[in-house]
Amino acid sequence: MMQFMLLFSRQGKLRLQKWYVPLSDKEKKKITRELVQTVLARKPKMCSFLEWRDLKIVYKRYASLYFCCAIEDQDNELITLEIIHRYVELLDKYFGSVCELDIIFNFEKAYFILDEFLLGGEAQETSKKNVLKAIEQADLLQESRGM
Amino acid sequence: MPAPIRLRELIRTIRTARTQAEEREMIQKECAAIRSSFREEDNTYRCRNVAKLLYMHMLGYPAHFGQLECLKLIASQKFTDKRIGYLGAMLLLDERQDVHLLMTNCIKNDLNHSTQYVQGLALCTLGCMGSSEMCRDLAGEVEKLLKTSNSYLRKKAALCAVHVIRKVPELMEMFLPATKNLLSEKNHGVLHTSVVLLTEMCERSPDMLAHFRKNEKLVPQLVRILKNLIMSGYSPEHDVSGISDPFLQVRILRLLRILGKNDDDSSEAMNDILAQVATNTETSKNVGNAILYETVLTIMDIKSESGLRVLAINILGRFLLNNDKNIRYVALTSLLKTVQTDHNAVQRHRSTIVDCLKDLDVSIKRRAMELSFALVNGNNIRGMMKELLYFLDSCDPEFKADCASGVFLAAEKYAPSKRWHIDTIMRVLTTAGSYVRDDSVPNLIQLITNSVEMHAYTVQRLYKALLDDISQQPLVQVASWCIGEYGDLLVSGQCEEEEPIQVTEDEVLDVLEGLLVSNLSTPVTRGYALTAIMKLSTRFSSVNRIKKVVSIYGSSIDVELQQRAVEYNALFKKYDHMRSALLERMPIMEKTASNGPTEIVQTNGETEPSVVEPKHPPPVTLPTNQGTDLLDLLGGNDMALAIPNTVPTKPASAGGELLDLLGDLSLSGGPAPTPAPSVPTSQPSFLLDGLSSQPLFNDIAAAGIPPIIAYNKNGLKIDFTFERANPNPNIAVITIHASNTTETDMTDFVFQAAVPKTFQLQLLSPSSNVVPALNQGTVTQVIRVLNPQKQQLRMRIKLTYTHRGSAVQDLAEVNNFPPQSWQ
Repeated sequence: MMQFMLLFSRQGKLRLQKWYVPLSDKEKKKITRELVQTVLARKPKMCSFLEWRDLKIVYKRYASLYFCCAIEDQDNELITLEIIHRYVELLDKYFGSVCELDIIFNFEKAYFILDEFLLGGEAQETSKKNVLKAIEQADLLQESRGM
Repeated sequence: MPAPIRLRELIRTIRTARTQAEEREMIQKECAAIRSSFREEDNTYRCRNVAKLLYMHMLGYPAHFGQLECLKLIASQKFTDKRIGYLGAMLLLDERQDVHLLMTNCIKNDLNHSTQYVQGLALCTLGCMGSSEMCRDLAGEVEKLLKTSNSYLRKKAALCAVHVIRKVPELMEMFLPATKNLLSEKNHGVLHTSVVLLTEMCERSPDMLAHFRKNEKLVPQLVRILKNLIMSGYSPEHDVSGISDPFLQVRILRLLRILGKNDDDSSEAMNDILAQVATNTETSKNVGNAILYETVLTIMDIKSESGLRVLAINILGRFLLNNDKNIRYVALTSLLKTVQTDHNAVQRHRSTIVDCLKDLDVSIKRRAMELSFALVNGNNIRGMMKELLYFLDSCDPEFKADCASGVFLAAEKYAPSKRWHIDTIMRVLTTAGSYVRDDSVPNLIQLITNSVEMHAYTVQRLYKALLDDISQQPLVQVASWCIGEYGDLLVSGQCEEEEPIQVTEDEVLDVLEGLLVSNLSTPVTRGYALTAIMKLSTRFSSVNRIKKVVSIYGSSIDVELQQRAVEYNALFKKYDHMRSALLERMPIMEKTASNGPTEIVQTNGETEPSVVEPKHPPPVTLPTNQGTDLLDLLGGNDMALAIPNTVPTKPASAGGELLDLLGDLSLSGGPAPTPAPSVPTSQPSFLLDGLSSQPLFNDIAAAGIPPIIAYNKNGLKIDFTFERANPNPNIAVITIHASNTTETDMTDFVFQAAVPKTFQLQLLSPSSNVVPALNQGTVTQVIRVLNPQKQQLRMRIKLTYTHRGSAVQDLAEVNNFPPQSWQ
């Protein structure tokens, strides 16, 4: 399973943090700080995987944002890259050519989309269409009166 | 009270802050406003306020005062409130705080809500951060939802069940009935999450695994689904670069791996589909390679046919040539896992692997290095070593130690000739000399000693290397030792392998003295240098110069050097007649076990080398070499003592007197306290850890010879235990155990023994020289006595130690040896 996913900018500012393992706030901060530092120090020629503590870190940069996932030993690194890519595609479809600002100003929506795609560190829906449909319906529910 | 500002408004405002202080001020102001709003129990704007709080939390500011508000939002009827409330719960609530339990009832209600999106929120929250208590309370609800026909809920319930099982494994059983027809679903979301659930169950419980294999016939079902995915035409909904639902394919392959492991029938049933996936999957994009990667892992883990295995390795070989560095990395990792089992297949890709040594990525380089060492064998040693030495020259410092150790190990195993071996070692020492592990030094010295015909060549090369550079300590240490041993060969200019150099005794002594004074030399190195100079006193004619050097260091502030110098001085003066025997050439050393201190062991990508276990099984089975018995018993991972066969043949003039008077000198030739690698004391911790564990010896002694109390005075008690585990009945192995019943430690404890002329004595190094107070520990030391004439054993012992601030010395005779110890 994925243990956590972090999104951060090139300056190291956190844009999204999803944790699938219970950790204290302090531990989360420490891990985030360490990982952000490590990933930002990587050169472009290096591969997208690194070993960190007992986890495998898979990261990819899309424009100004780094998408960084921590997976366990049994997990497939290459398919995790596809998971990251799928999430970016979902954001892109939802926001229409998504950029970092969209995620900054609509962070709660970014979480809602992620929560329709992944659950407990695993993918719950492999169809792009179905994820977007669910989000659309939920958004409608939010707007309608009484709910 | 004006309406609280909107979320986006706040974000915009905060982003205008130019300094950290300005931002902090804004945040504090807003937090205060939010707090008062919370206090007013404002329902309308609670959602907005919590959302703002979540934003500030992401920036790193404390937001715990919003926790209860999240709970209120979850309990609200409005969907908007619930959405933000659950999000807040997942971000702010912690299963370690009891407050999270207040969520349980809300979640329970929401799991039964009429709107599926509300149910979805509840399932998601439970599946992401549900604590064990919550899981226990709500497992029933989850199980119910696992059986629903609503695929939107069913897929979420499946992953929620996975989380419940992870948190409370005992609950796994209750989900079993619901899994019955999960795989007959058409919906890919349900299929994917079901496979994840089945994987979790099979991984956790061997019973479940057996059940799913036999009763549920899981393998055929999975094979069918996988086949459909591959064979079915284009499906726009699940297509990724021409491949249909790669996520599902990968999870199925992973579940198949678990089902097929160690099970012939299952492995056979999946053979065809694996071959199909392996050959038909498109490799131009990452997706295809992700599937191939998983396939390879599965093939290697199950009981697949050899043809399939070769196919898998070849896929990895192709991966190695891929332009994408991620693919290369993954290939190297997988090859590292399989190199032990499918060695020959991996060998075929050796040249590609070696090329990866030049990759720019650190992780790739490391894996390539480990794999390269794993592939070295007698046939490719020359070529591989060339590449690896080149790598050693140019790699980052973090690799050098491991690479150097790996080179030594490989050279030891497969060296085609002694000269090549020595040259390789020289190369490593000169290029990565400061990164070589300290314990390689004794190993190298042993190797050099044993390559008798290469002594002249070796010492010449080492001498030349010293002239160039004295900064690399391991090189300097090995070189000093060699010059000390073979200095005579050096000055006599008798080298067959290469052009002999002309060097005088004075030049050699200049170099060694230079080491003593250089700032670059560590204390250990200085010790080597001084000993080397001393040894040359029997090999060179310029004894006076040596005497002078030695006496100068008699007042060195370095205690070690001082002690050596003083003792060497004593050798010149009082014991000059023994000097030549003491400083004789070292005999060939036997090895008990592989001396490589590290072997690079691949462990799923972990890069730390691990210590090699001694190749020979510890204790009982004894090698023919009796002298190494002792060290074997200790799982000795250091060199053995040289003596055994040479013991009886030592010329009497050198042996007899020497040992009578100075029983604490070992036969191998160097003065006792030197940590020169010729004596195992260079690794005191290994050797003597074993020695000081009494039970081991008591067991052996139980072979019939009773122990005795040799000395018991003033609180110091010395027991002798005996052992005759070795084939030579003329050698008695005695272990002394010194214990101290007083309340203060006895420090600087030295035990010396002397025996009558017809015996020969060898005293190995003690475990320590502090006898702890109040019997808290013992000092042990081994004495070996050769008694060819089977005379009654008598021994005179001399004890010196410091106790309560004053030096104590005592002499005693031990006459109560049991007859079995000398008969």
